Order: sequence, then structure tokens, then C-alpha cells
Amino acid sequence: MPWVIAIMVALTVVAAAGGLALSNLVARASGDLAGSATVQIVDPVPETRAAQARAAQRILSRDPMVEAVEILPESEVEALLEPWLGTGASDEALPIPALLDLRLRADADDAALARLADALAEAAPDARIDAQSDWLAPVLSALSTLRWMALALIALLAFTGAAAVWLAARNAFGTNRDTIEIVHLLGGNDGQIARIFQRSILFDALIGGGIGLGLGLGAVALLGAQFAALDSALVTGGGLTVGDWLMLALVPLFAIAIAVYTARMTVLSSLRKML
Amino acid sequence: MSGPESEVVQFDNVGLRYGTDREILSNVSFTLFPGRFYFLTGASGAGKTSLLKLLYLSQRPSRGAIRMFGTDVITLSRDKLPAYRRRMGVVFQDFRLVDHLSAFDNVALPLRVSGVREADLAGPVNDMLEWVGLGQRADARPATLSGGEQQRVAIARAVIGRPDMLVADEPTGNVDPDMALKLIRLFEALNRLGTTVVVATHDVQLIRKVPDSLIMRLDKGQLSDPTGALRYPPRRIEAGK
Repeated sequence: MPWVIAIMVALTVVAAAGGLALSNLVARASGDLAGSATVQIVDPVPETRAAQARAAQRILSRDPMVEAVEILPESEVEALLEPWLGTGASDEALPIPALLDLRLRADADDAALARLADALAEAAPDARIDAQSDWLAPVLSALSTLRWMALALIALLAFTGAAAVWLAARNAFGTNRDTIEIVHLLGGNDGQIARIFQRSILFDALIGGGIGLGLGLGAVALLGAQFAALDSALVTGGGLTVGDWLMLALVPLFAIAIAVYTARMTVLSSLRKML
Repeated sequence: MSGPESEVVQFDNVGLRYGTDREILSNVSFTLFPGRFYFLTGASGAGKTSLLKLLYLSQRPSRGAIRMFGTDVITLSRDKLPAYRRRMGVVFQDFRLVDHLSAFDNVALPLRVSGVREADLAGPVNDMLEWVGLGQRADARPATLSGGEQQRVAIARAVIGRPDMLVADEPTGNVDPDMALKLIRLFEALNRLGTTVVVATHDVQLIRKVPDSLIMRLDKGQLSDPTGALRYPPRRIEAGK
């Protein structure tokens, strides 16, 4: 029984760590992108494009909704496109749009973006404004789904752990049935008999919980170190906080509580079949 | 539900059957009074053990009424039954000792169940083991004890808590005549202290050793006195007859 509980706790710790990391990642990415937008000016004539970009920057910087606006240098835009277009792509062959990085004081929702687009319509008719969160929306949605799956996995593990304890308690009850009947006939009440089983399961759960926590935290630390080595902004946003580690440390306590409660209910239910 | 405790036990038209088989006990009615010594006799298969099971609340009857210590125990909720079981000591025919406990711990079990502190256990348990001649075997497990020794541990366990009623199923079946007499004297001593004693046996010699005892006979599941004299109270039989 201790090893079953240890495995359940270790898997739950890993699943919980995954869920918490994904939560952090989604929250961080959503927060970072919530007030960000990109203005894209697509015009084949470089001079017109540059003029529209400057006009857009002037208009937007005066708008009370806008916290900051910056024209991305062409070199930076080229560097962004380099993985797709290669080096030395000429502007004549494929015009590169002018990009303005926009930071709003509030969330870049549809209404705000529509109002800014209206403001730019005259001075920069080729401008197109997109919320940056739109780009990552499918990724965030996938991460959010993964987070819910982690929660479902935790629930499933809790259920499986309880089922394992239920089977173990029933088996122990059957094995010790004679002793239980004696204690019962000597005037032992259900609570006294259930406490004997609870103590036994508690002992197993304490050992299993401790081992499982160690294994789980070790696995999480290892995974964390490997992801950190990727040096990706997206991944580092999913780091665990002190609070998260404390929550993971609570997993064995929940496992112990579930195990003891399940054992108690199983034994009480079996005892009720006796007079 | 509760009434004055003038009787220890009262059975009224009690019947017991398992499943759809014929009744093992039929129309059993009797009353046990405080401080009396009863023998329950009958041939093997007469229903003695079944009757004792009803007495020590291991089973509910199929029909009829049973009152114990002034309370209707048939309708009593099961969470209230342990308190009544603690007022009884039971010697089972097959001893039913707990295999993984020592003789000491087996005898101490009723006291522990009743919440007696560990510090207060050793004295009475060791005295009781000494009395049944097992003072030197306190640490022995049941598997290492002879049948007679196991029986004495079972008896010590049944009487350690000074029960209001002692129910014993063939309590001297595995011991030599001297020990049988000694155990019966122990039961009598308890009886003089006010414990109602019910001993199931078909050992006539044993019955004769307790001259003031009352006898109930079971025959094919029925108390054999057709006149109903057993009812209130059971028929008294002179010793030696």
C-alpha cells in the first residue's frame, strides 16, 4: 500500500506542477499581451510607408489611450522575417511592412482597436491594427486546455488512489474479519474498529506520501531545470512560485486525508452489515 | 422501549431461521433473572448455540421479542448495541481468541474496548491469568497453547470485566475434571457477586456441581417444557436428579 500511495502522490505532484506551470504561463503571457497591439502599414512605396508610419506614431502618441508607441527599426523587422525570407531580401522584390509597437493603458479589446483604427484612417490609410494577444490566442487556448487536463488528471489520480485504498481496506477487513467480529462482540463500536484500520492506513499513507513527494518534487525540479535550459521567454513564464511549491508540498497531506477517509468509510460500510 | 430492569433477559415467542430453511428455534419464551445460574442443555443440533447467539447479540431473531436489561434490543439501533454487549461476557465454543495477540492481550481486550487505561490493565489481567493457571503463559500466542489453555484464556477474557451476564458455550469441554470444577467455581463466585450465568452444556456431571442452578432444555429448537412453566421463570431442577 505505501508504494501505491507513493506512486499516486508522485504522479499527482508532477501533474499539479504541470497545471500550476501552465497556469502561470497563461497568466503571464495574457498579462503581457493584454495591452499590446501592433500597427502594420503595408505599402509598396517605402517613402509613403515611412510617412504613414510617422503620421501614425504622431497621432497615436497623442491619444490618451496609448501609453507608448514605437516604430520598429527596419533592421529589427528584417531580423524578425529572416527565418522565413532569408538574408538579403530586397524591399523591391517583397515590400516589408512598417511595424509600430503599441502599448495601451487598458486591454487591447476590439472596441479600443476599432477607435484607434478610425483615428488613423485619414493619416495612415494603409494601417492595420492587431491585438498581439490575437497572435497567441490559439497557443493560450491550447495551454489552457492542457491546464484543465492536468486538473482532470489530478482528480483521476485522487479517485484511483481512493479506489486502491478502498480495495486494500476491504481486503484487510476480509483478512481480519475474525478479529473484527471478536472485538465487535466484546462491545467494540464501529468507531473503535474503524480507528484501527485508519491508523494502519495512516501509517502507510505517511510513508507513501513522503516517498511520493520526494519522487514527484525530484521529477519536477529535473523538468524545470531542463525547460529553463531552453532559454525561451514563453517557457520561463511558466516557472513555479514559492506558493506553488508549498501547494505541491500539500499534495501528500490531501492524499493522506483521502486515504484515511476512504478507509474509514469502507470499514464503516462493511461493519454496518454486521449486527 | 426501556423498562425497569427486573429481568436480565426476556424472550417472548422468539423464532430463528436462516433463509427459507425451517426454524432452528421456534416459539422460545423464557426469562432470566439477575443473579441466577442457568444451564442450557440439549442434544447436539438442538439449537443451543443459536440461542446463545441471540443472547450475546450476535444475531437478530426472525420473529418474536427480546428484552435485555429492561430494553427491547430488537428495535434498538445497532449503534446502541455495543453498550449492551459490554455488559456481557461470552465464552465461545471455539474460543475465538485473537491469533496475533498474546494471552495477556486477549484477556485485556474487553477492558481496552471499554476504555480502561493501560496503566490499570496489568494488575487485573495478570490476576485473572494466575487464577486460571496461566500466569506463566501470559506472553504466549493462542497457537502455542493447548486446547484447554485456550479455553481458560477465553474464560478469563469473558469474566475479566465482571459482566452483568456471563454466557458460556460448552466452557469446560476441553479441560480436565479438576480444571472444569475450578472454572465452575469461578462462575459461581461471579454469580454470587450478582452476575447472571448461562452455561450451555450437555455435561450432566457439571450441572450437578451447581446445586442452585436452573435448567432450560432445548429439543429440536423448542424449549421442552410444554406447560409453559419455563416462561416465568425457568423450571428449577433439584441437583442430582
